[in-house]
Amino acid sequence: MDSAVEKLPILFVCILLYIIVLAIPSVRKNGVRSRLSPLIPIGAFLFFLLGFDGSKQTAVLWSHELLPTQLSFTVDGLGRLFALLITGIGSLIFIYANGYMKGAKYTQRLQSFLLLFMLAMLGVVLSDDLIMLFIFWELTSISSFFLIGFKNEDEASRKSALQAIAITGLGGLVMLGGFIILGEIAGTYSIAEMSNPEVIAAITSHAWFAPMLIFILLGAFTKSAQFPFHFWLPGAMKAPTPVSAYLHSATMVKAGVYLLARFSPVLGDTLIWNTALISFGGVTMIYAAFQALFRTDMKSILAYTTVSALGIMVFLLGLQSSDAIAAVSLFILVHALYKASFFMLAGTIDHETGTRDISKLSGLKTAMMPLFIVGILAAWSNGGVPPSVGFLGKDLIYESTLAFPGLNYLFTGISVLTNIMLFAAGLLVGWLPFRGQKISHKDIHLPTPSLWVPAAVLAVLGMLFGLFPALINDSLINPVATAISGNTENIHLKLWHGFNTVLYLSLLTMGLGVLTYAIIRPGARLLGFIEYAEQFGPKRLLHAIANGFIQSSDWVTKTLQNGKLRIYLLVILGFLVLILGYVVLSETTFTIDQEMLTNITIYEGITVGILFISVFLTLFSGSRLAAVAAMGVIGYTLCIIFVFYSAPDLAMTQFTIDTLTVILFVLVLYRLPRFIRLDFSPRHILDGLVALSVGGLMTIISLEVLQRMPEREISDYYALNAYLLAKGKNVVNVILVDFRGADTMIEIVVLSIAAIGVYSLLKLRLRKNEKME
Amino acid sequence: MEILLAMTIGLLYAAGIFLILRRSMVRLIIGLILLGNGANLLIFLLGRISKGKPPIIPEESKVFLDAYADPIPQALILTAIVISFGLQAYAIILVKRAYRVVKTDDIEEMITTDEI
Repeated sequence: MDSAVEKLPILFVCILLYIIVLAIPSVRKNGVRSRLSPLIPIGAFLFFLLGFDGSKQTAVLWSHELLPTQLSFTVDGLGRLFALLITGIGSLIFIYANGYMKGAKYTQRLQSFLLLFMLAMLGVVLSDDLIMLFIFWELTSISSFFLIGFKNEDEASRKSALQAIAITGLGGLVMLGGFIILGEIAGTYSIAEMSNPEVIAAITSHAWFAPMLIFILLGAFTKSAQFPFHFWLPGAMKAPTPVSAYLHSATMVKAGVYLLARFSPVLGDTLIWNTALISFGGVTMIYAAFQALFRTDMKSILAYTTVSALGIMVFLLGLQSSDAIAAVSLFILVHALYKASFFMLAGTIDHETGTRDISKLSGLKTAMMPLFIVGILAAWSNGGVPPSVGFLGKDLIYESTLAFPGLNYLFTGISVLTNIMLFAAGLLVGWLPFRGQKISHKDIHLPTPSLWVPAAVLAVLGMLFGLFPALINDSLINPVATAISGNTENIHLKLWHGFNTVLYLSLLTMGLGVLTYAIIRPGARLLGFIEYAEQFGPKRLLHAIANGFIQSSDWVTKTLQNGKLRIYLLVILGFLVLILGYVVLSETTFTIDQEMLTNITIYEGITVGILFISVFLTLFSGSRLAAVAAMGVIGYTLCIIFVFYSAPDLAMTQFTIDTLTVILFVLVLYRLPRFIRLDFSPRHILDGLVALSVGGLMTIISLEVLQRMPEREISDYYALNAYLLAKGKNVVNVILVDFRGADTMIEIVVLSIAAIGVYSLLKLRLRKNEKME
Repeated sequence: MEILLAMTIGLLYAAGIFLILRRSMVRLIIGLILLGNGANLLIFLLGRISKGKPPIIPEESKVFLDAYADPIPQALILTAIVISFGLQAYAIILVKRAYRVVKTDDIEEMITTDEI
């Protein structure tokens, strides 16, 4: 019990407990509970920083022989880097959120959701079991749904939240399919056990490898907002900025990248993997960077640059070379550092000036000097200008694209182009709002430290790691690269590589980036043009599917649940006729054994004749009294039939009940309306057809049953024992009051309830306000 | 005779169904009663019919000496007749009551609880 990984459940339980503490509503805004909330991620950060050294630790905490899945955690370099990002940036976000949400309602609720999200993210990056990973994965989708839709009184927020959960949830579901196939062909659901070379060979050569991989990739691509599933991420910017800074820079959207990196040793370096990742990542990075360039909303710019950066990561994971893996390991960290500080910067500016539109913001430098420095540092790292850590990252990217055999010019070209646009976009956020004429917003001043210090910490770290790469080289980046490639990697990060192609490309990027920034001036016209491109593709498809779904369920409900008894009955009866009719027509022989039949005497013939006439009278009489009287006659003829065929008890009962029913009818008849005289219509034909079909079927079925020998075992038992056991000579009576006495008692109860119902309906007096009049 | 009775069952079912598809509440109840009658007759017929052999043990003996009509369908129908009377009585009073309140017995005007 000494290793730190086995203490993970304790950490999870602690976080869960504090979520509950925060979820209990508080009357005070910014109470003690929300002000103390940063302590949880800080504690978790220290736990991951000090408790693990990047070597692989796995612990199975619970398993059961009947379940293929188990409760197990793995912490290796990759998981640790993500855990550090999640908790480290999480700590700063919690501090920032306390400042940002000051005086706002529901701060505690926001923090509770944020903490839940943090828990889910930690679960994703630390789970060793596929099913556990999936559960945490879905939990991130669900908690981010609440976070994106946090301003729930705003319709656009709700729509964005739904859009995000629809895309990521759908992707997650597809991914689950992939996971199950993977687990079944690998024979294990533990990711650690899959890294065995024999298992890898079995997986990659399996016939189901291709669909499985595509399913998992779909899950990762939707989560990491790869083109064409990217649109939910810019939409998710409706969330409060602390949420965007947390979810959409360093954590949630990187879950897809994490997943790809995690499976890279197992599934990587196959044709589908490389093709899919390179092409989707490549398209995403250049498309999103282009989109970012023409936006005016700061958070929109950041959202698209994030999509672009995610594209770069996916692209690099597709290249699979040692350099590419080193590049992606570093870039995950680099991007988290500068993008989170960018987001917090945008949020602070929005908080202080009330706008995030860069075409309206200018001259903030004098009022917010520290923020300006943060902006410069973040843009510096974003642009890959030495000596920032971003420079190291970009160096590695160029090195890996240059080394790719065959397509190196193409890949390097699009990487350079993407980076030029990202460079310019960084300047739009980190530089432009602070320059130029001071805008006349009154009392713009430096906000409280909690609104800019967290951003500054991240920006300074970005510079520090660039100047002293040794700080992160062996402790962070090498273990990550080792985990992603599956082999031991030895990376030596350094600032100066001498004059080589990579350096020239970097210089080219910077030069053209500045030039682009100088030329580009985003405005409404360009924005409209760019938005137009976004209208196509899956966003429209998603909306069409969603609307179609609502419309068709509306239609189905209105058609089936139309409140009309006749339609319900017709559907039920029509179905009955189809099913019964099929069975009867396909299995009945239609031969009747004449010898089994009894003869028709004149009395019987007349009785049945009267019955037939009465039925027609009941059906077609326009008078209520005639219909009820004819109905009574039907009952009496049945009574006579019972007499003919040895059922005296039935005859007596039928006679009594029928008389009572007719009397009751007649008694209330004068209170009832006249029959509605409706002209003959197609309705009658349809109803008549259905009625005749059911009637005909009943006739055929009863004749068919008559061809079989009856089973009389139970009847014989009753007949034999009626007198011997129950001392009664009338077997029907004995059955009712003796053998099945309990049934009869319950029947009496039912009748009594009906009697109470009748009595209370008769005696009911409505209050004035309940009357219709 | 069995064929004739089978046709009677079919007719009662058909008439009952045709009536419950109508818009008038009164016709709906009459339809239900006819359906009940049809079902009773169906059970009766399927127990096989025989003349002059009621399931009553003769005065002088303790068990049946001769063939006898099947008592089980009769017991079932007896129960069914009584129960359906409970249902019919309640339905008739309910229709009467409903008519007094909403002034209609048209089922299609009763599809909503709101005033039309």
